[in-house]
Formats: sequence, structure tokens, C-alpha cells
Amino acid sequence: MAQPSVTELISPTTTQRMRLGLPGLRPMLIMGIVALLVAIFLLSLVIGSVSIPLEEVVRILLGQEATKASWSNIILNYRLPQAVTAVLAGAALGISGLMMQTFFRNPLADPFILGISSGASLGVALVVLTVGTVTTTLLSGLGLLGDLGLAAAASMGSAVVLLIVLWTAHRVSNGMTLLILGLLFGYLTSAMVSLLLYFSIPERIQAYINWTFGSFSSVTWDQLLIITPTIIGGLVAAFLLSKSLNALLLGEAYAQSMGLNLMAARFGIIVTTAILAGTVTAFCGPIGFIGIAVPHLCRSLFNTSDHRMLVPLTILVGALVALAASIIADVPGSSIVLPLNAVTAFIGAPAVIWVILSRRNIKETFAS
Amino acid sequence: MSAIRLQLQAVSVGYAERRQPTKVVVPPFTESLEGGQLVCLIGPNGAGKSTLLRTMAGIQKPLSGQVLLNGNDVHRMSASDRAKHISVVLTQKTEVGLFTGYGLVAMGRHPYTAWTGQLSESDHAVVVRAIEMVGAEKLANQSINTMSDGERQKIMIARALAQEPNLLILDEPTAFLDLPRRVETLVLLRDLAREVGCSIVLSTHDLDLALRLADRIWLLPQDKPIQVGMPEELVLNGAFEAAFQSSTVAFDAETGAFKTHDDWSRRVYLQGDGITYIWTRRALERAGYAISDHAEDGQPSIRIEDTDAPLWHVTINQHATDCDSIEALMAALSA
Repeated sequence: MAQPSVTELISPTTTQRMRLGLPGLRPMLIMGIVALLVAIFLLSLVIGSVSIPLEEVVRILLGQEATKASWSNIILNYRLPQAVTAVLAGAALGISGLMMQTFFRNPLADPFILGISSGASLGVALVVLTVGTVTTTLLSGLGLLGDLGLAAAASMGSAVVLLIVLWTAHRVSNGMTLLILGLLFGYLTSAMVSLLLYFSIPERIQAYINWTFGSFSSVTWDQLLIITPTIIGGLVAAFLLSKSLNALLLGEAYAQSMGLNLMAARFGIIVTTAILAGTVTAFCGPIGFIGIAVPHLCRSLFNTSDHRMLVPLTILVGALVALAASIIADVPGSSIVLPLNAVTAFIGAPAVIWVILSRRNIKETFAS
Repeated sequence: MSAIRLQLQAVSVGYAERRQPTKVVVPPFTESLEGGQLVCLIGPNGAGKSTLLRTMAGIQKPLSGQVLLNGNDVHRMSASDRAKHISVVLTQKTEVGLFTGYGLVAMGRHPYTAWTGQLSESDHAVVVRAIEMVGAEKLANQSINTMSDGERQKIMIARALAQEPNLLILDEPTAFLDLPRRVETLVLLRDLAREVGCSIVLSTHDLDLALRLADRIWLLPQDKPIQVGMPEELVLNGAFEAAFQSSTVAFDAETGAFKTHDDWSRRVYLQGDGITYIWTRRALERAGYAISDHAEDGQPSIRIEDTDAPLWHVTINQHATDCDSIEALMAALSA
């Protein structure tokens, strides 16, 4: 009589038990965060300097008449573009931060580590601080902020730095050199900005500083026509790069030994990061914190380093954090608007510190 | 023996950079391996072991010659093709973040999966088999961060096996391990080579283990041509002695280990046999005594009486003492 051998009896279960080691993708978790994001998104439309009832908000979104015409105007021309911008910018910054941290194997890397934001700052500083007549008033200086010209200047600045970084990336053999060069480009451009500030007039300096505070509220629908496809393209690219990013967790040498085309991956990661971070900086100013904190938050909260999970999670959590910051910066129920960068750091830093300290796994979450 | 063949045809290794003189690290040599063979690459630090391994792995181009795997030039393969033939375990300790043993081994399937990185059933089967082959079943669900160095090394070897290589290259796989783990790792690799039928080339400083386990040794002395052959052959033809010659240590062809050169002026005559003899001899040599095999005037003589408890009869200048431990023996000799 043929009895199944002991190994036949045991081996399927051991195999299954081993495979538990690979948690795989968690669709329920993703769906949960999507639901939370939708809720916060609606909340951001409801509250603000004036509160608008949720059913009115929904009616306006569905294209129906609102009880007050001014509500329609507030929702469609102010709060909706601002919320959409926050979602896109948060996702873009989170993803670029994630890619830079993995690429440089450095927990302190952020979207701007390559000097992208420094380039953008220089572009904006050149426009705000030097262009125009000497008699420009404070108001006209501020008026520049809404201009597509400013975004163009920032994009140009980012693009120039990007080209320099790519040219270097092609010539140097390891990522660390690139990291240091990015840092040095940053110092160089800050120095130029300092000089421009030194020789400028107070009104223009104020306008420039306002830009550095960061804001989601100055973005118009016309600008969103440019921002939306660019950022969605960048996020799709990040999805396509997930497998390469996973390989890079083991370091460039191992990644190459597993068949990764290092030059192609490097090029893809740098260009994607530059496009995402550059676009956000051009239209919303240099927004800090989200890019460095959200990836850590995701790794720590969801206990994974697998980019096939981290990329969607970072997109969603980044959007959530940016939306929340945007709501708080507008101080609901008042007409005060706080600098966005102050809010992201003020609210975000303690939150992240709490998560890190309570989980005690920051060292482990990170490949270094 | 498997049909997998690794051939190195007049391969020379080094660095050729523009505006700089070419630096030859390993002059041309030719070697051929059957599948299932374990090669230990031995040599002092800085002799170019890592450079040679990198060149074989296809990461670096050779200065001349070809590295052929089943007749295919590894430097002409695409990176993803090469990854299906050659896998590596590097010497650096890798922090990878939040991965389980299984997750890390599964990374070895990178060259085989589509752009999504999704593992198929057959990929899973290879991963499970790789884990079983290194005996890391218990580590599969464990986080990498909670593993010891030896356990982590097993997982890294399993990851390399999951690439289904014909050639597995390991750069000092035993560097961070304690002695039992070193033996375990090298025995595991020897068995893997036999079982999988792939060629394994590793660099190591564990001369003794390499001599016992390797099918072939590549001996890479500093600034001298590389010597390849069976371990015993290299010992007999004096290659080892020549490679490791220095003013303070010498290779002892009798024991296959290093000996320190000391001042051999103090000689003792030692009589006895068995394990007590061997260890007494080692203690004496460590203390700087040369052992002579016949009695001479004016030289201490030791006779081991190996009953239940060993006893050492020491005679120094016609004065006899009995010692009941090696420590007492040493004290008597230096008195």
C-alpha cells in the first residue's frame, strides 16, 4: 500500500509557511487609505475661512446650483484647485523623497538633494529680485507670484541643475559622489541667491521670501493643466521603477549583479525625481518636510521596504499629509493664512518623531 | 560531473584608465573548471583577489583574454543575461531594511521576473528550494535585522542560489563569522557545488579550511604570478611556502598551517605519543622551544607517561621532576 512519505506530508505546509515571509501586496490597506484621503479631501472643501455644508459641496462638485453663488465660486475657483494641488504635490514630494532615499541609501536624502530646489530658487530669485523696473512696488512684486513666468523661471532653474547632475551622473561611478556634488550645487546656488538678496530692495526680498514659504493656494486651473499630467506621468514612472528600486536596496553592486542596468535606472530615477520635485517647486515653492518624512512614516507604519507597496503607500500618505497641512495652514474659521512650510514642519515633525520613537525601528526600516 | 564549464583563457586583470599607466593586478593565466567544483582564491590583502572576482563576475572588463561560461563570453552578455548565469555574494555586510529571509531570497529572482517584479509559482518554487538547500527554513519568516551574521550569510547565499547561477562568486564569505560558522559555511558551499553542479569561486583567508575543502586553489601572491592547481599539489611544489614567505611567519607543509619563526635556540627532547604528545608539542612550540627527536647533552628531556592522568617526567641537567599538567611542565622548564 502506497503511503505518502513524511516529506510529502510536511513539505507543502513548510513551503506555505515559508511563503508567509513575503507578505505581498495588501489591497485592503491601500483601499483604507484611499477612503481616508477622499474624506480629508472633502473636509478640505468644507472648512476654510467660511464653512460650507457638505451637501452643498457635493452639489457644487456634481455641477448643480449651490444655495449661495459665492459658495460655488469659493469651491470651484479656490478650494478645489488648492486641494487638487495639495494631493498632487504631496504625492510627488513623497515619491521623490522615497526614490532619493533608496537611490542614495541615505535616510536623510530628500527630493531636493540633487540641488533641484536650489536651481528653482535661483531661477525665481533672478526673476523676482532683478527683473522689472527699479520702482516696482511691493504689490507688483507679489503679483509676480501668480505668474506663469515665475513657474517658468523655477522650471528653467531646476532643468539647468538637472542637466548638470545628469552629465555628472554619467561620468561618476558611484552615487555618493553624486550626493556630495548635489550638496555643493546647493551651496553654490544659495550663495548666488544670497548675493541677489543682498543687492535687492526690501519689497522684492519680501516677495521672494513669500515664495520660499510655499503655498498650494496660488495655483490656478490653467496651471493645473500643466501640473496634473506632468506629476501623474512622474508617478507612473515611479511605479515602473519599483522593481529597480527594490534591487537598489541591496546596493549598486548587488543590483548590477542581479541584471539591473545601473545607468538606465540612475537616469530614470534622477529624471523622474527632478520632474516631480521641480514641478512642485516651480508652482508651489520649495516645500520641505513632506519629501523626507513621508517615506519614513510609510516604512515605519506599514513595516515594509518593498517598493511595490511603498510607492502606492507613499503617494497616498504624501497626498494625505499635504492636504492636512494645507487645511491647517488656512486656519479654518479665520482669514489668517500661515506659511505652508512652517505648518508642515510644525505639525509633521512631532508626529514623525512620535512614530519613530514609539516604533523604535528607524534604523531597521532603513537600508544603510 | 555536470557539463557546465568555466574557462579563463589567458585572462589578465587590472585597471586601464585614460592618462594613467595600465596597472596589471593579475598577469595572464588560463584555467578550466568543471561544474560542481569549489575553488578557493587565497592570497594576502591587496594582492587583487576582489579585482579578479569582479572581473569574473563581469562587473569589470579583463585587460586581456576571455572568461567563458559554457563557451559564452561573460563580458559580451547583457547584464540581465549575465545575472541568469552568474550570481555574487559580496564581502560587505548589507543592511537591506525591512525584509524577511524569504523576501530577501526572493530578490534573487530579479533577472527572471517581469517589470512588476511579481513572482510566479515557479519563482516561488526556486526560492523555497534555495532556502532549503542552505538549511534556512526557520529563517524564512524572520526579519533580516534580527538575524546573526551567520544566518544572514546563509540567506545571502540562498539569494545568490535563487538566481540559478552556473557560477557563484563569493568575496570572503567567512570574513565576519566565528570559527564554527566559517567551517559550516564553507562545507555548505562545497556541498552546494556538488548538489547544484555549479562552479563556486570564493576568496578566503581560512587557509586550513581551503586546503581541506577546495577542489582547486588559486594562489594569488602579491606581485607574483597566480598559481592554480589542486591544494595538495600546491603544497608539495612549494607554491604555498613561496607565497606566504615573510620574516615572521612560515608555511609548514607538514601541518598545512602557519608557524611563527621564533628563535629556535632552546631545544627539548620530547618522547611520547597520542594526543597528549601533539598538544604538549604545540605548547612547547608556542613557548618557543624547538623539538628534537633524539636526546642531546645539556638539553631538557621530557617523557610523557600517558596513563589515566598524563604525567610528564622532566629531566633538566640530571635533575628529574614530575609534572601533572602542561602548565607545571612549562614552569619547570623555565625555572
